[in-house]
Amino acid sequence: MRLLNRSAGRLSRHRRGPIAGLVVLLLGLLLTGGLYAAFSPAQADTAAEQEELVKEGRELFLVGCAFCHGQNGEGVLTQGGSQYGPALTDVGAAAVDFQVGTGRMPMAQPGAQAPRKEVVYNERETAALAAYVATLGTGPAIPDEELYSTEGMEEDELNELVSRGGQIFLANCTACHNFEGSGGAMPRGGYAPKIRGVDAKHIYEAMLTGPQSMDTFSDGNIPPEDKKAVIAYLEMLDEQPGYAGFSFGGLGPVSEGIIAWLVGLGVPVAFAVWIAAHTTRSSKKKDEAQA
Amino acid sequence: MTVGDMSKVATTNGTEPATPSKGSKRAGAVANWADERLGLGTAMKKNLRKVFPDHWSFMLGEVALWSFVVLLLTGVFLTLWFDPSMAEVEYNGSYDPLRGVHMSAAFASTVDISFDVRGGLLMRQMHHWAAMIFIASMMIHLLRVYLTGAFRKPREINWLIGCMLLLLGTIEGFTGYSLPDDLLSGTGVRAADGFMKATPVIGTYMSFFLFGGEFPGDSIIPRFYAMHILLIPGLLLALIAAHMLLLVYHKHTQWPGPGRTEKNVVGFPMLPVYMAKAGGFFFIVFGVTALMGGLFSINNVWKLGPYDPSKVTAGSQPDWYMGWPDGLLRVIPAWETHLWGHTVSWNVMLPILVAPPLLLVILMLLPFLEAWITGDKREHHLLQRPRNAPTRTGIMAGLMTFYGLAWAAGGNDIIAIKMDLSINQITYFMRGALFIGPVIAFFIARRWCVSLQRHDEEKLLHGYESGVLVRSPDGGYAEKHLPLPEGKAYTLTARDNDPEIDEIDESDSSLSGRQLRKARLRQRLQKLYFADNVQKPTAEELQESAEHAEHELHELETQIANGPNKHGPAEH
Repeated sequence: MRLLNRSAGRLSRHRRGPIAGLVVLLLGLLLTGGLYAAFSPAQADTAAEQEELVKEGRELFLVGCAFCHGQNGEGVLTQGGSQYGPALTDVGAAAVDFQVGTGRMPMAQPGAQAPRKEVVYNERETAALAAYVATLGTGPAIPDEELYSTEGMEEDELNELVSRGGQIFLANCTACHNFEGSGGAMPRGGYAPKIRGVDAKHIYEAMLTGPQSMDTFSDGNIPPEDKKAVIAYLEMLDEQPGYAGFSFGGLGPVSEGIIAWLVGLGVPVAFAVWIAAHTTRSSKKKDEAQA
Repeated sequence: MTVGDMSKVATTNGTEPATPSKGSKRAGAVANWADERLGLGTAMKKNLRKVFPDHWSFMLGEVALWSFVVLLLTGVFLTLWFDPSMAEVEYNGSYDPLRGVHMSAAFASTVDISFDVRGGLLMRQMHHWAAMIFIASMMIHLLRVYLTGAFRKPREINWLIGCMLLLLGTIEGFTGYSLPDDLLSGTGVRAADGFMKATPVIGTYMSFFLFGGEFPGDSIIPRFYAMHILLIPGLLLALIAAHMLLLVYHKHTQWPGPGRTEKNVVGFPMLPVYMAKAGGFFFIVFGVTALMGGLFSINNVWKLGPYDPSKVTAGSQPDWYMGWPDGLLRVIPAWETHLWGHTVSWNVMLPILVAPPLLLVILMLLPFLEAWITGDKREHHLLQRPRNAPTRTGIMAGLMTFYGLAWAAGGNDIIAIKMDLSINQITYFMRGALFIGPVIAFFIARRWCVSLQRHDEEKLLHGYESGVLVRSPDGGYAEKHLPLPEGKAYTLTARDNDPEIDEIDESDSSLSGRQLRKARLRQRLQKLYFADNVQKPTAEELQESAEHAEHELHELETQIANGPNKHGPAEH
């Protein structure tokens, strides 16, 4: 996909050409459609393929997940009665695709929160796990690309989407994830992670499934087109130039205060030392001779 | 008057009066014209030659002054485009992601200044950075004045004026921070509304009075605007003028040293030296704020969006100078009392309505408390090194620790995510540390000062470490000490010894019980205040040590001359 995006970037310099729109549309359709058909096992044609995938997923699940989530995904309780690994009976394929696809699962160690880390399973294995867990009960499926992709939208339409998405984002997401999506703290060592530069699919899945301490924003709460608007706004933030200069992590007044003290005050004080060290006396030697 | 003229005056000690150099007749004529009408000559004669001492720490207050000038300049620019109105408008400016969003005219004009006014974003950011620097530099100036004893008689009033400047600067900063009516500042105003409402009995009345009804209403921005651009800057200007007039009247303090006494000021004249230094420093401060305004983003309001009471963002913090009350608010337990259907919110009152005013009062009383304890009624124009007033330094270290911990608590969420800590554990830690930390800091700083005093005494009586190692015939090594140069020794001893502890005449029947108790308390405090301080050596002790040093040096030279290593003594 990355290679595809890069070549699309090179082509973009011809984007004002008379047939560019048509070509891009055709190419986009051909490529995404073709690749999707070739690589996306969720769309597996036959029931046999699907069955094969589930079987494969079950094997992987028993090796990598069952220790905490139980051999049939029924969950494991600790002796104290709290969850060791929650039941996966009704989480759906989308939750698995998010947790495994961002490297949060399998967890390296127990902790306040599963951090995002290097992805362990490849795409096929992730799909197999998702297919298996989906058979354990109900739950949202992996969203189709058209639900979250803003590619090929008219500029005006996209602008309107971004502007609406910004308001939805500020109303629902910033309280935990910060106004630029830089992340924020949650109780007891938890945190709302930074959500900038995250795959659109994963953002969509996170809203849909509410991983860890996040709320679930079901389609009744935030309809699919509003979810797409939030994703469009976040993509706009990623692409937006830093109009105002270096932003020091986009964390707000705390980092600004540190800069004010270190640079804003540090530099003038350094200059003050320099100015006071240079008197009108012509040379240091003479100065010492007088003293 | 040109610099050329002044150099003519400055370079002659002759009896002949200075004559204007060629080519300056026009300037002279202008100066004369002005002098005859305004009497400038008499006024300037004295002040242009006013002498100021040189030390970097004397320029910290200047950073505050110059950043205030930057604030005035950039602030005037911003008033030309800012619309202090809470009328609802639909944004149609050039920042696409906000187009069509409804917002107050104040917020819309702030976004316009940022994106549609030429140089507007630079001016906005310079104004904001300069405000942060203004208050920061006032605070380190305050620390310098306190730690060097520059607040002592006759400068107590100037200390009080300085405290008022700090308070007004903070309020000015808060009102300015609130004007754009963005999500962050609106949250801050909402918090301020809550603080007012936490005042028992009159809280709601105060809030309704300030907001012209229930929060947010449509009056708060215009009211803050009037305060921010007229009322408080006017007071600030008046107090800055008073602060500086008193500075000129008192004359600047100086560090002790050869030739410097309580009755003179050793330094350079206002013109041309300080005119150049201070004027140049203005351009440096201006340049720093301009660079920061151009390179470093601050308060990106377009990302925050307009204020809407239903929204909030993680990392909602006030600007740094309001961080410490916010920190106290964040760590205080949820203490509330319910009385006859009314709630008394100790959890808001204590950190916001009690602690900051209390700390301000303590700050203002510091000079008077110290003068009462020490009984020192003399004028002081020579500064003290922080080590020579260990208790004073310890007190400030304690206050700074309290401030610093509360300040850090205000950023507890950012600390938690950046250092992988639990926000709860930070809170529990702060609840203890806020009380224990200052005490520990007091004792460490005080003890540290006494050690430094002992070190000074050692240098005076036993000389400094020369770096010359001598091996004795037995094979042992020892470093030779050499006496301090006279100038340095003078500087170290140019301080007063602590006064005698007051004797209380218990048999004095004229003292009432209350007066007696007061006297006893004062005596106890005095003992605590001066305890462990090292007094400077007497003249006899110094004389003795000088003789000893001479003898030792002689011995050393003999050893070197006779020993296997004949390189001779190291030069100093």
